[in-house]
Amino acid sequence: MSMNILSIPTHFKGSFGRQKHVRKALERVMHGIFFFFGIVAVGFVLLISAYLIFSGLPAIREIGLRNFLFGTVWKSTAAQPEFGILPFLLTSVYGTAGAMLVGVPVGFMTAMFLSKVAPRPLAAIVRPAVDLLAGIPSVVYGLIGMIVLVPTIRSVFDLSDGACLLAAILVLAIMILPSIVSVSETALNAVPKEYEDASLALGATEIETYFRVSAPAAKSGIAAAIVLGIGRAIGEAMAILMVAGNVANMPTLFSSVTFLTTAIAKEMSYSSGLQRQALFSIALVLFLFIMLINIGLNLLLKRGKEG
Amino acid sequence: MEPVLSVKGLNLYYGSTQALKNVSIDLPEKQVTALIGPSGCGKSTFLKTLDRMNDLVPGVTINGSVQYRGLEIYAPDVDVTWLRRQIGMVFQKPNPFPMSIYDNIAYGPRTHGVRDRKHLDEIVEKSLRGAAIWDEVKDRLKKSALGLSGGQQQRICIARALAVEPDVLLMDEATSALDPISTSKIEDLIADLKNTYTIVIVTHNMQQATRVSDKCAFFLLGELVESGDTGQMFSMPREKRTEDYITGRFG
Repeated sequence: MSMNILSIPTHFKGSFGRQKHVRKALERVMHGIFFFFGIVAVGFVLLISAYLIFSGLPAIREIGLRNFLFGTVWKSTAAQPEFGILPFLLTSVYGTAGAMLVGVPVGFMTAMFLSKVAPRPLAAIVRPAVDLLAGIPSVVYGLIGMIVLVPTIRSVFDLSDGACLLAAILVLAIMILPSIVSVSETALNAVPKEYEDASLALGATEIETYFRVSAPAAKSGIAAAIVLGIGRAIGEAMAILMVAGNVANMPTLFSSVTFLTTAIAKEMSYSSGLQRQALFSIALVLFLFIMLINIGLNLLLKRGKEG
Repeated sequence: MEPVLSVKGLNLYYGSTQALKNVSIDLPEKQVTALIGPSGCGKSTFLKTLDRMNDLVPGVTINGSVQYRGLEIYAPDVDVTWLRRQIGMVFQKPNPFPMSIYDNIAYGPRTHGVRDRKHLDEIVEKSLRGAAIWDEVKDRLKKSALGLSGGQQQRICIARALAVEPDVLLMDEATSALDPISTSKIEDLIADLKNTYTIVIVTHNMQQATRVSDKCAFFLLGELVESGDTGQMFSMPREKRTEDYITGRFG
């Protein structure tokens, strides 16, 4: 197409050579520009990784890896400070697991509904609504959690304060819904209709077909959706900062807890010295977590493509 | 003998387009009936009305009578899943599930409540033998069915249909995606299966129709032009349009 636009009428043939030269140079410059922008993203990842490692390691060296990872007490501002992040680690793990436990079934069923069951006009309303969830800023989730969820939990379970792990789990569960729904729905939509026809022709009902043929056929996509949800949940800070209570307790469902992310967020502004360095170490741990999850996700997606 | 399937005055519309026009035909027990005709003539559509697979297509309206052993299959109280167990279907493109060979065959029985492991083993072996593929796959039952060749996959699909012990077997151009050797294996199989099942096949291939079928029905533009004994229809067609088609003048 562009060849046609740029092609030179025959009576200009004398200038053709120079024209070609200019075009070639332009090509090279454009290549350079694309290369530069392509490298920028990679460069930032490398920069952040290097920065986190360099600023995260000193505190771990000083505190000791065991004390840091498995210490159960975090008293960063005490006269005798202690920097054990096990409460944060466990809170992040439990919180994410809890959010999965609630969010995955709901998200999967929503995806199934949208992909297979819902009549088209209804799906056309539900789908944008779910997508809209993804666009709501996390501070708004936190705000609504704070105003609606926390008081409800307090009165339902008769607690002195409703800001707790459970509140964080519920908020996270809602926040991960859009990613789980949209990725699972894409996977379910990609299941060849022939599989479903075969199942129906054998006398299976539609619901049996969706659960016993469509879902297994989409399993790598659904697994990817779950891992994506885990990644989002573990990295979320703002919303749970507002509903989790933020005390460095070992986690139970109704205790006020601090996540890896919120531990950094709440102390960074006034931290100094070893405390500040330890916060960087927490960031490093979080970073490694998320790296692992992303690697897992990539493997799943790759396997999904090959399978 | 009473026909297994008896169709009278069947009309089918996709939206406002009429795809089947006043079709009436009887399908006799334990015989192979071949539906022939050019592409788009309605033969596949007709086949799918027999196990109500057209129910799934949006905008389809059907009127007329289709009786399976005396039962009106489009009556409102008919259990479609029951009907589809009686009338199995094999599709044009081999479509085994992305599961092991064993699980493919066991899918139907499991769906219908067979849980006992030994019983399932028996059904799987019997069905695979019935589809003449047991010897080829007996050592790899736990392997994915997608690793088999197209012809093997199609016989897996036939075995999967047999596993729910149907009465009638519908085959929608079941060999058109296969090579000649696989095709001839499946034709031999059809000859074998008609001792047990009533079979209806859709085919583009008129040699195939003459080789495997007892009865033949010629469709053109949604109309059933002519039906009768295959031998007679190919040697002495009653209708000019049938003659033109089978002698290759169009289609």
